[in-house]
Amino acid sequence: MLKLGKNDLGVFGFVVAITLLAPFLMNPFPEGSALAQFNAGYPDLMQRFVIFGIFAIGFNILFGLTGYLSFGHAAFLGVGSYAAVWMFKLLTMNIIPAIILAVLISGLFALVIGYVSLRRSGIYFSILTLAFAQMSFSLAYSVLTPITNGETGLQITLNDPRVLDTVNTTGNLPVTGLFGLEMRDTATLEIAGWAFQFNVGFYVSALIMLAAFYLSIRVFRSPFGLMLRAIKTNQNRLNYTGLNSRPYTLAAFVISGMYAGLAGGLMASMDPLAGAERMQWTASGEVVLMTILGGAGTLLGPILGAGFIKYFENIFSKINDNVLHGWFNFMPDFMENVMVTIIHPFVGKGWHLTLGLLFMIIVIFLPGGLVDGGTRLWKRLLTRKQDNSSSVVATTPAK
Amino acid sequence: MVSMMDAILLQILNGLDKGSAYALIALGLTLIFGTLGVVNFAHGALFMIGAFCAVTLQKILNISTITIDPEKTDFLGKPLQVKTPLVETWFGEVAGNAIINWNVPIAIFFSIPIMLAIGFIMERGLIRHFYKRPHADQILVTFGLAIVLQEIIKAFYGANPIPTPAPDVFRGSFDFGVMIGFAKNAIIYPYWRLVYFTFSTAVICAVFAFLQFTTFGMVVRAGMADRETVGLLGINIDRRFTIMFGVAAAVAGLAGVMYTPINSPNYHMGMDFLVLSFVVVVVGGMGSLGGAVLAGFLLGILESFASMNEVKGFFEAIFLPSIDQIIIYLIAIIVLLARPRGLLGRKGVMEE
Repeated sequence: MLKLGKNDLGVFGFVVAITLLAPFLMNPFPEGSALAQFNAGYPDLMQRFVIFGIFAIGFNILFGLTGYLSFGHAAFLGVGSYAAVWMFKLLTMNIIPAIILAVLISGLFALVIGYVSLRRSGIYFSILTLAFAQMSFSLAYSVLTPITNGETGLQITLNDPRVLDTVNTTGNLPVTGLFGLEMRDTATLEIAGWAFQFNVGFYVSALIMLAAFYLSIRVFRSPFGLMLRAIKTNQNRLNYTGLNSRPYTLAAFVISGMYAGLAGGLMASMDPLAGAERMQWTASGEVVLMTILGGAGTLLGPILGAGFIKYFENIFSKINDNVLHGWFNFMPDFMENVMVTIIHPFVGKGWHLTLGLLFMIIVIFLPGGLVDGGTRLWKRLLTRKQDNSSSVVATTPAK
Repeated sequence: MVSMMDAILLQILNGLDKGSAYALIALGLTLIFGTLGVVNFAHGALFMIGAFCAVTLQKILNISTITIDPEKTDFLGKPLQVKTPLVETWFGEVAGNAIINWNVPIAIFFSIPIMLAIGFIMERGLIRHFYKRPHADQILVTFGLAIVLQEIIKAFYGANPIPTPAPDVFRGSFDFGVMIGFAKNAIIYPYWRLVYFTFSTAVICAVFAFLQFTTFGMVVRAGMADRETVGLLGINIDRRFTIMFGVAAAVAGLAGVMYTPINSPNYHMGMDFLVLSFVVVVVGGMGSLGGAVLAGFLLGILESFASMNEVKGFFEAIFLPSIDQIIIYLIAIIVLLARPRGLLGRKGVMEE
């Protein structure tokens, strides 16, 4: 089915189910309960899950398959956002032209940057992409202000031409939509204290993410994907066999740049503004972290990583001292204060500290990411089960 | 009327202080890369920590005892609180004031042991475990470390820049042009920038002399060329490389300490400099110490030329945006396309 192997079909089905049922799954706690703060089932956050999922899937095609570590991928995201917002300003509030232009422009941008950066590999490549991204960032911030609106960020206004749309007489800013469906529309389903929210924007992004994910599976399993893996394994050997690897890496770079542009375009479609800070190195670092955390080179990894990071970013930033005091209320006062003081630097505004620590811990102890960790755990459980059934005491062989 | 010669000289001088900072950071990066083969993304954070050593010393020196003067009142009508810094009580008013005034130069001695210790701990505690891992892992773990260090500093010192002034003697500017025979008021240059340039030249010379003229330096250079053979000769090369890591951290730290009067330190200054320093290293040639220093000064000066009004006007005349923000990146791209190994890069370094 769908020209996918059995395992891939399973993975794909799993992702489809999780994404489409997200409004239920992300909302396990009833409204108003003490645990409701851990819910993630509201439109804004769910949109971010899938959009960053796309970003990470695209990054994984480059980093996971070819091993080229790009530190400037956020530039493509930013370019995509700007392109999309310009479409909203000039053409129409329908998101389709915006997304198409975002993908095209970021693809072109990736072609240019990739052409130069891919002349070098290894660290040189990382540094070059980082330099390009910082260059785009400072260009967007200062010199290109007529196009990017500098520090304020690019926004839609009432006076924009929007040639394809009917004349706006309401005096309100128009909203992004898809043939009449507004992206911000949300239907709320209330069942016995639970409030499930179904948002148009989320489902549009989710369907696009599923398409992007399907495409990435096909890339992984194609001869092209195999070639990219060969580049990661041993580029020299590949070159000695008489193959020029540059076109393949460039293609991978452009594809992953287009994924980033797609994510940027979607981001602008959900909320029509674009700012230069989306291109900063921290944003590039974040997508690297998502991919590594989930597991670079695995199919499921980037999506898991994106969801994980965005979820914890959201939850951790919300926890303030009052919440902490609430948690440790059961302890004696001085213990409570000690616990709050210990945890305080890591939550709320200190989320970035937690992120940095997480980054280090993952790289040091779990270079394969969550997926790899999960597989290893699973294998160990399996061997233990076999041991029990045959009642032979054996140690698990070191890997 | 400012002549062309004056303008050019002024821009060269202006470029020197930024160029010195680039050169110092790039020198440290290259030292680490050349010895240990690790790309240290946390090197900018070391620069930043150095700057915050100066801030910390300033805070320590300004710890005061508060006495209440009943005869004077403040603007609310309450008795005036007089703050006397502890150093004043200990060393007398004149010496105490002088110590506070000379905070930044004193911070040099304060920061060296701290930076050496941080370098040691970083290398032994973290980076040592990454020699055999892929370069991507090294980049990622040091990148994570940079975020962590940055956030720790932010948690302690807040997000705003903290002014750390130079000693009174070096505040203000002087007429550099008159000294070398130009007209008056043609080339005005702040004292501290000259101090910074002199200081960084001294540090760079010291590092080169250390590597060139001491036995220790000779062994380190031999180790950079062929680590295994030096190890087989019965020399504990790992220990020496660890010390070099400490030295590189101290060089970055010193660059940070002395930079505080030029730019008030904030927690993300390290990353801002790091990206540019990487470009400097790449332009100079990975693993080449001389190249790093040369490219540092070169790019600093070119950056200051690009921000000249005449140059900006030229680009506007041909309908291009001015390039002062991106000149460094443009040069890096051109150099890498024309000379992929960088200006002074050696063959076989980082060419997998």
